[in-house]
Amino acid sequence: MLYREAGDFKTSYAADLQTFPIKSERILFWSFTAVAFLVVPFFINDYWEKSILVPFLVWSMVALGLNILTGYCGQVSLGTGGFMAVGAFACYKFMTAFPDLNIMICILLSGLVTAGVGVLFGLPSLRIKGFYLAVATLAAQFFLVWMFNKFAWFYNYSASGQISAPERSIFGIAVTGPNSAPWATYLTCLTIVFVFAWVARNLTRGRVGRSWMAMRDMDIAAEIMGVSPFNAKLSAFAVSSFYIGIAGALFFSVYLGAAEVTEAFGIDKSFTALFMVIIGGLGSILGSFLGAAFIILFPVLLKNLMVGYLGWPTDLAAHFQIMIVGGLIIFFLIVEPHGLAQLWRLAKEKLRLWPFPY
Amino acid sequence: MNVEFLFFLETVLNGLMAGVMYALVALGFALIFKASGIFNFAQGVMALFAALTLVGLQTGQVPFAHLINAIFGTEVHHFGWELPAIVAIAGTLVVMVAFAYLFEGLVLKHLVNQEPIILFMATIGLAYFLEGFGDLMWGADIKPMDVGIPSGGSFWWEDVTREWAPEGSDYFGMYVDKLDVVAAIVAVVLVSGLVAFSQYTKFGRALRAVADDHQAALSVGISLRTIWVVVWSIAGFVALVAGIMWGAKSGVQFSLSLIALKALPVLILGGFTSIPGAIVGGLIIGVGEKLAELYIGPLVGGAIENWFAYVVALVFLLFRPQGLFGERIIERI
Amino acid sequence: MNARPDSSEFTGARDDGIAKGDTLLEVNNVSLSFGGVKAITDISFDIKKGEIRAIIGPNGAGKTSMLNVINGFYTPQQGTITYRGVPRRAMRTTDAARQGIARTFQNIALFKGMSTLDNIMTGRITLQKRNLLWQGLWAGPAEREEIEHRRTVEAIIDFLEIEHIRKTPVGRLPYGLQKRVELGRALAAEPSLLLLDEPMAGMNLEEKEDMSRFILDVNNQFGTTIALIEHDMGVVMDISDRIVVLDYGRKIGDGEPDDIAKNQDVIDAYLGVPHEG
Repeated sequence: MLYREAGDFKTSYAADLQTFPIKSERILFWSFTAVAFLVVPFFINDYWEKSILVPFLVWSMVALGLNILTGYCGQVSLGTGGFMAVGAFACYKFMTAFPDLNIMICILLSGLVTAGVGVLFGLPSLRIKGFYLAVATLAAQFFLVWMFNKFAWFYNYSASGQISAPERSIFGIAVTGPNSAPWATYLTCLTIVFVFAWVARNLTRGRVGRSWMAMRDMDIAAEIMGVSPFNAKLSAFAVSSFYIGIAGALFFSVYLGAAEVTEAFGIDKSFTALFMVIIGGLGSILGSFLGAAFIILFPVLLKNLMVGYLGWPTDLAAHFQIMIVGGLIIFFLIVEPHGLAQLWRLAKEKLRLWPFPY
Repeated sequence: MNVEFLFFLETVLNGLMAGVMYALVALGFALIFKASGIFNFAQGVMALFAALTLVGLQTGQVPFAHLINAIFGTEVHHFGWELPAIVAIAGTLVVMVAFAYLFEGLVLKHLVNQEPIILFMATIGLAYFLEGFGDLMWGADIKPMDVGIPSGGSFWWEDVTREWAPEGSDYFGMYVDKLDVVAAIVAVVLVSGLVAFSQYTKFGRALRAVADDHQAALSVGISLRTIWVVVWSIAGFVALVAGIMWGAKSGVQFSLSLIALKALPVLILGGFTSIPGAIVGGLIIGVGEKLAELYIGPLVGGAIENWFAYVVALVFLLFRPQGLFGERIIERI
Repeated sequence: MNARPDSSEFTGARDDGIAKGDTLLEVNNVSLSFGGVKAITDISFDIKKGEIRAIIGPNGAGKTSMLNVINGFYTPQQGTITYRGVPRRAMRTTDAARQGIARTFQNIALFKGMSTLDNIMTGRITLQKRNLLWQGLWAGPAEREEIEHRRTVEAIIDFLEIEHIRKTPVGRLPYGLQKRVELGRALAAEPSLLLLDEPMAGMNLEEKEDMSRFILDVNNQFGTTIALIEHDMGVVMDISDRIVVLDYGRKIGDGEPDDIAKNQDVIDAYLGVPHEG
């Protein structure tokens, strides 16, 4: 009864093209957004910011980026960690080289730099497919991390090899550095993620999105229909890397504050991102958020349960965590390759018919 | 022979030895890929798991001791016996076969006809699962492995090569680890065995039939599921061999699973389906890596081992996407 | 923004400046081989604007390879293809699509993860112009363009009578409907030359009649030139204007249906008279 499309007629194509064609969905979405923007900032504390909300937002951005490449365009990438590193280091260089430059502009520029690097490493995709490409993207991962480690220019010759974010503010409110308030970092991330989720939605529903999906589903046929593999694949790499670069910049400057490349942007980050996309749902914007939420929240819950409640040592909890995450990946691929987003869709179908299922 | 050349020779020799080790892991990949079209990312973790199990059995560790202690508040860790290496190896083999059987029944069976890339991602999941499971079962600490393989430098070879250097030069002979030599011999035996197995036995023929065409193989009465169990068991065996060699070299620890990442470029060079390709690819990468470290490394600040193989593989892919020994694919529509 | 499309929305075939009855495409002495295997040997024929040209022949005669050569997917070792007066041998498939060659496939090659609507919209990809930045912004030009093309696509959906499956993922559709969606996707490109690779394979009689009707309608209403491969002789004789017959990669007959029916070489090829030479 709560969720109905009956009576919700579309009289124009514009109405039919809406993101949330059903009214109750629109209401749900906007109330959720209102709570996120207007209520949460007043209640957020340090723990929620550092362990849950900010990492969730940053990883959502990563998942969005990877989903565009892997979920929509069908190109599996294991170079996510490396691209995040590009974003982080670009941001660091912009922040330190141009202290007066607004942090938002630094972050966007980092995205652009990463997009360029992404296109470069995306070039092999024009020749090779599938896991051959996945292996090729590993090259990006290893090479980029090595590069940021090896050339001291990237970390301004600091003795520890670390980069640390200086304090920068927006409208006079610190959003990076040790003095930034939880609500400020949270709102910064939320705003960026909100805007770019909307952009991602726009990109995926129109011509560009269709050219990506056509490449994914049947590349030869797509080419014969006039989809240029060059444009489709490289634009997917560019957009995806742009998102991941911004996420890397946020990860470093707003979330971590200081980072060492091998530790912060290792290959495990690439896998984490891939898992988010698989569990959340390949080819779904909502799925990117669900996947990020799952991968961020699950260890927190597990730790609370095993260490906090059962009193087990932390390393046991860590072992269980990788084991269960691995098992879940297999489970999802077997049972629901379209992930949590598909489960949500199925739940909506059920709800639509409820309480008269037949 | 001048000293420069001897250094070069030593580098090549050590590269070849390292390449054999890569090839051992790549072999497991190629086997599974050939028989089931699955790119098994978990091969490295399988080697780790096999090595952990072997050491665990040999030293009489109590499985899941940590967990048991946490739940029941007990203090168990060892049974107090030690098994001879050969018994422990046999025991580990049984475990690997059981693993292959379970994996086929619980996972593979349900993923038939999925796209290769989905299967690939499933094996990444398997890698994580197996890593967590192995740690849970045997503990995550670094363990020494001793199954009686000789190790350390060969003095005999050092003496022989010292003679080659010109009189009066301070050249102390080539360093070659005995363990590497054993690994090379084992690899050669293993590959010959596998090739003979797939060429001359009835089962090998069935295996090649499956590799060629699943549907057609099924229609002549070959049981795909049996084949898979056997192939994954063989891959488990290869993982065990790789695990023993790598474990004896550097101890049984998490980093063992990362050799899978080393084996990927090897596969790209050799082509995923070719057993000789895996060997040749391994040797090329091994030698290339060592030479690059020696000659290119100093120019860019060293430590290029991590990515050099990938870059070689990548450049290679651009010119020959099907690998050295792979067959050319004609696209149809 | 009226939701009801009318047939004037869809003009069907683009204006390529070639008068009805003139030569649209000419294949000259084309040979194609893979390694040592010859797929096509020295074939020449032409397709005239506005006709339905059938390409027939036993299995393995090189029919599909011929279509692949025409739209640039395979590059022949010898010979030229002259399309709209421009001769060439090699051509990128995307360029062929841009110049108005659209096709369907023997084994359905739809985009399985996309809805019927999106599949057909993909057919218009070469006609949509808004770039990445406009698309990201959506509101404004990108949305206007989308709606404009959506209107055309709705007209095609109407024409093919598939309104009810508009938003269904094509992977879930039955075979016959998938074939129809694929035709829709090709039509959406407003092709001057439409290549149909066995559009009726595996269909029952009723579905075949429907499909024949659509093909004839496309030809009549929009004046689209059609080259079609088909095994059902009855259908081929009924709907095509002229027929090329291939056997073992060679041309053994070319002419109007009545002539082909009387051609002794063709009859032999179909009845399996032992091959000589």
